[in-house]
Amino acid sequence: MTDIAIIGGGPAGLSAAIYAASLGAKVTLIDDGLELGGQLIKQTHKFFGSEKQFAGIRGIEIAKKMIQDIKEYDNIEAIANSTVTGYYEDEVITIVQGVNGDILKKLKAKRIIVATGALENMLPFVNNDLPGVYGAGAVQTLMNLYGVVPGNNILMVGAGNIGLIVSYQLLQAGIKVEAIVEALPRIGGYLVHASKIRRLGVPIYTSHTLKEVYGTDCIEKAVISEINRNFEFIPGTEKELEVDTICLAVGLSPLSDLLWQAGCQMKYVPELCGYVALRDDNMKTTKDKIYIAGDVAGIEEASSAMLEGQIAGLNAAVSLGYKCDNYQEQDKKLKAELRELRDNPLSEEIKIGIEKALIRGGRD
Amino acid sequence: MRIKEHPILEFNQKEKVKFTLDGKELEGYKGEPIASALVAAGIKVLSRSIKYHRPRGFFCAIGKCSACLMKVNGVPNIRTCVTKLEEGMKVEIQKGKGDFN
Amino acid sequence: MLERTGIPTDDDLEKVIPDKKRLVQGPVVIIECFQKIPCDPCAISCKLGAIKPFRDINDLPQVDFDKCTGCGICISSCPGLAIFVIDMNYLDEKSLIKLPHEILPLPEKGEDVYALDRAGSMLGKVKVIKVLKIKNKTNIISIEVPKSMVMKVRSIKVEDKNNER
Ligand SMILES: Cc1cc2nc3c(=O)[nH]c(=O)nc-3n(C[C@H](O)[C@H](O)[C@H](O)COP(=O)(O)OP(=O)(O)OC[C@H]3O[C@@H](n4cnc5c(N)ncnc54)[C@H](O)[C@@H]3O)c2cc1C
Ligand code: SF4
Ligand code: SF4
Repeated sequence: MTDIAIIGGGPAGLSAAIYAASLGAKVTLIDDGLELGGQLIKQTHKFFGSEKQFAGIRGIEIAKKMIQDIKEYDNIEAIANSTVTGYYEDEVITIVQGVNGDILKKLKAKRIIVATGALENMLPFVNNDLPGVYGAGAVQTLMNLYGVVPGNNILMVGAGNIGLIVSYQLLQAGIKVEAIVEALPRIGGYLVHASKIRRLGVPIYTSHTLKEVYGTDCIEKAVISEINRNFEFIPGTEKELEVDTICLAVGLSPLSDLLWQAGCQMKYVPELCGYVALRDDNMKTTKDKIYIAGDVAGIEEASSAMLEGQIAGLNAAVSLGYKCDNYQEQDKKLKAELRELRDNPLSEEIKIGIEKALIRGGRD
Repeated sequence: MRIKEHPILEFNQKEKVKFTLDGKELEGYKGEPIASALVAAGIKVLSRSIKYHRPRGFFCAIGKCSACLMKVNGVPNIRTCVTKLEEGMKVEIQKGKGDFN
Repeated sequence: MLERTGIPTDDDLEKVIPDKKRLVQGPVVIIECFQKIPCDPCAISCKLGAIKPFRDINDLPQVDFDKCTGCGICISSCPGLAIFVIDMNYLDEKSLIKLPHEILPLPEKGEDVYALDRAGSMLGKVKVIKVLKIKNKTNIISIEVPKSMVMKVRSIKVEDKNNER
């Protein structure tokens, strides 16, 4: 029996745990990675965002700090390498553990906060199942967590922040990035990232995409092509690149299986990159006992994930009767910070998306 | 291949362990995912698709895509990207949906 | 243009380069950050107030070039590696550029390295004057370049002598 079970130990889950525990709630944090930290433990770059939310500090350092904070609380139990598979009406969540997935545990929790993050998108192209085609997250895991070189010559697909940052991380690991292709006519990620990669000699081809890769048991060659406004290949613009690895950074989708299973009301919101649970501004879903935070609530940033985690942690704890001396003020402050963070042209879409997913005074 | 030097990260020397892939002896670090040890050893094909036997490699690294399901110590369908490597593990490329013998 | 290639244009640069008068007066910062993003460490890092305090986290950095001493402290605070310091009249014939560097190998003082422009093209060899190791691992390298190259060089490539990686 626990007060609040938090599913997912990325920045959202960790922040939620710390906040709820600081108010006295008994928290159980469950993550299916080998270590806690979610995306953060792979991020060797310094984060953007406001100085208040760790800007200028490398993701790995932020993770270390938060994991350290977690350890200071006796009322947080953190369990890694365990997958939550379901949530049932009698407040029970099921957890699968063990090398062979053969240990099944049940945990009763009065509230749950789902902070499961996101899953990478796939891209259709000829031979996209060949070994050597990786998701960007896998490339990061291999090189930044385990120090393993994923390949020698890389083609990056996608010039959003993830594509740009992972390209830079590849260069830092001493691996050659042949090119970055981006289907849109514009670089989607931060231009300062694009410029720092470009300066190191990596070409960025906008309005281009990957057409096919060749090879028998692994990739030997990739063909990229220019595309028009309707995303159709322009014949005669193909280029062959000698690469052995393709890294896909073509977006993420909220990992919302648990929320579907638990019966939360879901909505497809393209601006948030997929199906998300409807929620009120306390991050509570249409189920009174279920809160959400982070990428699962809409693909965004670690900085916003942490704030959403804090909001969810605070409100879940208060809903259980834990006292927060200046609740109104704290709650208002967190929400204002989140608003400020989103107050830039690049966040326009997110703001539209959140409007679509927001319910006012939602009930079961 | 392993990264020898990195401008930001330090890869502390970990404990080396031996394991086998289809009987062939390989080396990796204790506690890293089995799949990462395989990639480091230059192994790209981790499984074969069930119907057309097309090669499958490491893809998602978070236990969600099934491209790295292998037989480990006789148990099939182990997600090798989220399973820690241990000394003496017997790893095999499984056939089809996998069986226990 | 910048949005398609990652390379800032002359028009972009014009907005962030101090005027000639200031340039000849000594070291000064150039911040090549052209897009509103939620990011503010540069403004907080400058203790002289040369980077004006942000009203909103999404502001573009605004520099008061008269307050800037070219100390270079802000360089390693920037997650975008967008900050450089140049000293136009470092020597009669040469200018000095301080730039952020997060790639191995780290050059040595006195070593000749390749100078790269904003597209990564090699512009020739230049000498490393100073290597400042910073705790957050964004090290600052000072290089001496011909005056004609001071607005072009923005990165370096160091030869990997022992082929360590
Ligand atoms: C390359 C890259 C660069 C980035 N750079 C920045 C940046 O500079 N600044 C910034 O603010 N943001 C950045 N981000 C974004 C940021 O990392 C994410 O938005 C953030 O990590 C989302 O946090 P989260 O806690 O929601 O999810 P995650 O960090 O993804 O954590 C979710 C966790 O939940 C676990 N989990 C999932 N399902 C289950 C289950 N069923 N049971 C148990 N556990 C489960 C997962 O294993 C994972 O550990 C970057 C992301 C990437 C990929
Ligand atoms: S170089 Fe020094 S004085 Fe100039 S803006 Fe940067 S920190 Fe401030
Ligand atoms: S720290 Fe760098 S990227 Fe951030 S606003 Fe300042 S100059 Fe731009």
